Amino acid sequence: MRSGVVMNVLSKDELLSYLRKMWLIRFFEMALDELFGKGLIMGTSHFCAGQEAVAVGACAALRPDDAVTSNHRGHGHFIAKGGDPKRIMAEIFGRGTGYVGGRGGSQHMACFEIGFVGSNGITGGGIPIATGVALAFKLRGLDRVALCFFGDGAANTGYFHESLNMASIWKLPVIYLCENNLYAMSTPFDYAFPVEDVAARAAAYGIPSRIVDGNDVLAVRDAVKEAADRARSGYGPMLIEAKTYRYYGHSKSDYREYRTRDEELDWQRRDPIVRFERFLLSNGIAASEEIDEIRRSARAEIDEAVAFAEASPEPDERFVTYGVFA
Amino acid sequence: MHQQTKAKMDGSADREGERREIYFSWAIREALEQEMEMDSSVILIGEDIAVYGGAFRITKGLVEKFGPHRVIDTPISENSFVGIAVGAALAGLRPVVEIMFMDFITLAMDAIVNHAANFRYVYGEQAKVPIVIRCPAGGGRAYGATHSKTLEAWFMHTPGVKVVVPSTPYDAKGLLISSIRDDNPVIFIESKLLYSLRGHVPSEPYTVPLGKARVARDGSDITLISYGRMVQECEKAADMLLEDGVSAEVLDLRTLSPIDEEAIAKSVAKTGRAVVVAEDNRTAGASAEIACRVVENCFEYLDAPVKRVAAEDVPIPCAPNLERAILPNALKIYEAAKSLLDWGK
Repeated sequence: MRSGVVMNVLSKDELLSYLRKMWLIRFFEMALDELFGKGLIMGTSHFCAGQEAVAVGACAALRPDDAVTSNHRGHGHFIAKGGDPKRIMAEIFGRGTGYVGGRGGSQHMACFEIGFVGSNGITGGGIPIATGVALAFKLRGLDRVALCFFGDGAANTGYFHESLNMASIWKLPVIYLCENNLYAMSTPFDYAFPVEDVAARAAAYGIPSRIVDGNDVLAVRDAVKEAADRARSGYGPMLIEAKTYRYYGHSKSDYREYRTRDEELDWQRRDPIVRFERFLLSNGIAASEEIDEIRRSARAEIDEAVAFAEASPEPDERFVTYGVFA
Repeated sequence: MHQQTKAKMDGSADREGERREIYFSWAIREALEQEMEMDSSVILIGEDIAVYGGAFRITKGLVEKFGPHRVIDTPISENSFVGIAVGAALAGLRPVVEIMFMDFITLAMDAIVNHAANFRYVYGEQAKVPIVIRCPAGGGRAYGATHSKTLEAWFMHTPGVKVVVPSTPYDAKGLLISSIRDDNPVIFIESKLLYSLRGHVPSEPYTVPLGKARVARDGSDITLISYGRMVQECEKAADMLLEDGVSAEVLDLRTLSPIDEEAIAKSVAKTGRAVVVAEDNRTAGASAEIACRVVENCFEYLDAPVKRVAAEDVPIPCAPNLERAILPNALKIYEAAKSLLDWGK
């Protein structure tokens, strides 16, 4: 990680806010894992622990009025874009205080006010949505951009190929951010892709691409900043591939038989949060007490989120058939 | 003007003081044009819709008037261009998408069923998806099994989308304007055989409300319930029945979702007999749902079972005589009606 350059553009507060957000996401997913284990939450969930730097780095490079679309593994994206962990947790608990009143659950949340245009239970489903949001921004003469988070699995859907093509011919202000965590559920990247990198596919659509270390929050931020500046200036889309890894299985029912414990350990040695803490310490940006305090307060915020969700009422069944139409 | 009658491109041949008559296809075009003039958030998206004007030339001339940023030609990518339209609708535009042939909507099912249809209910009031998906549909032109289907039943089965099927030029314009102004996803089904139908269409913008059926013909002995092109066939059947001294009411549903149950009940309560006519195929088709509503709501008024006239459960064959054999027509409707009138005799 580069320090001098970083300190010139980013304040200490901002850097510490990245750390705090990454811890929030990590503790959020750890809390969920525990709650599912105890049978306190129904349904399914896809945890993003290990991938925090992608969500936080990307959203750090965007403006509040820019939009993001997310996927099934979306809690981190939502928190990074400014979502309140309390209401995200309540949504996963199926409570009325959740972001969409319990109708969405883990994979179907949105908060347009903060530019979170939805997590999505269909792999690749967010890709055309983000592209369409970018089309609207462009036609309405707004200088906003849309960013789409998706995984390596989604890069094999028709949505990916069709949408990148159209975004390129129409020069839309959209950023395609692929979190390549090496497995689409259980399917290894090198089985499902005849190319080394997802980024290689950008060339087919005349789109520039970057490959970044997805466990380096500042590298992700830099790449997305470049893409956002470019998109805002009317030069069209960019594809960024962030190489990263998810610590948990695909979903809660996954025993991870398709990968080795050695590989998992190897990635944990490159943990995005530990690395960023080391960076802050070794460059004298933050003292270890400050870092401990950030970790502690993030942990406390997630504990509060769980308490809030548990104490929240269930949604009112009387309205379950309401609101199908606007 | 030297000549009293002026033939226009839109098929109208109006004389001063007379009601203007234009083609169904031009009524649709006029609705698009007038809504685009009035609301800059209305855009058109589809394959070959700009210079070419769409496979049926419905959008011909609009790119010259509104420019390529509002009449957007797409690559052949149905799923994504419908998905893009959905995203654009969430972000403040009102896209009107053309699916060249309704059969191709199968390629965009995910964008419609898992996205457009869900967002309002799941995301709540922050989300609206004001998108219209125009679908030239139906058989009768010997286009074969991939260019002739009419797939309204799938969308009646999808909560969160409206399904609109005009049967006259007047309704084509009024229902399309209502659909564009509606804040929900609308599947707008245009029977290809109706494009050349001429009828009265006022030149100013107007709306026909969604969800309201129309009594196309008043009658007292039996109700023929239909929508889209089959309304014409029902009217022909009603003529044939009249020769037998039977007074048939023809109910044009106009909108299949939401469906006007009240109008159905009102008519069947009066006549006591119902034939449901639909161009899509029989099994789990639109006719099944409509017939079920008749039975659920009007059982005590029925003097005979409800009959259905629908397409046979086969892929649409190409040869004109084969296609005719499997599609509903006036004669089949007439025969079904007669069997109900003779019921119990």
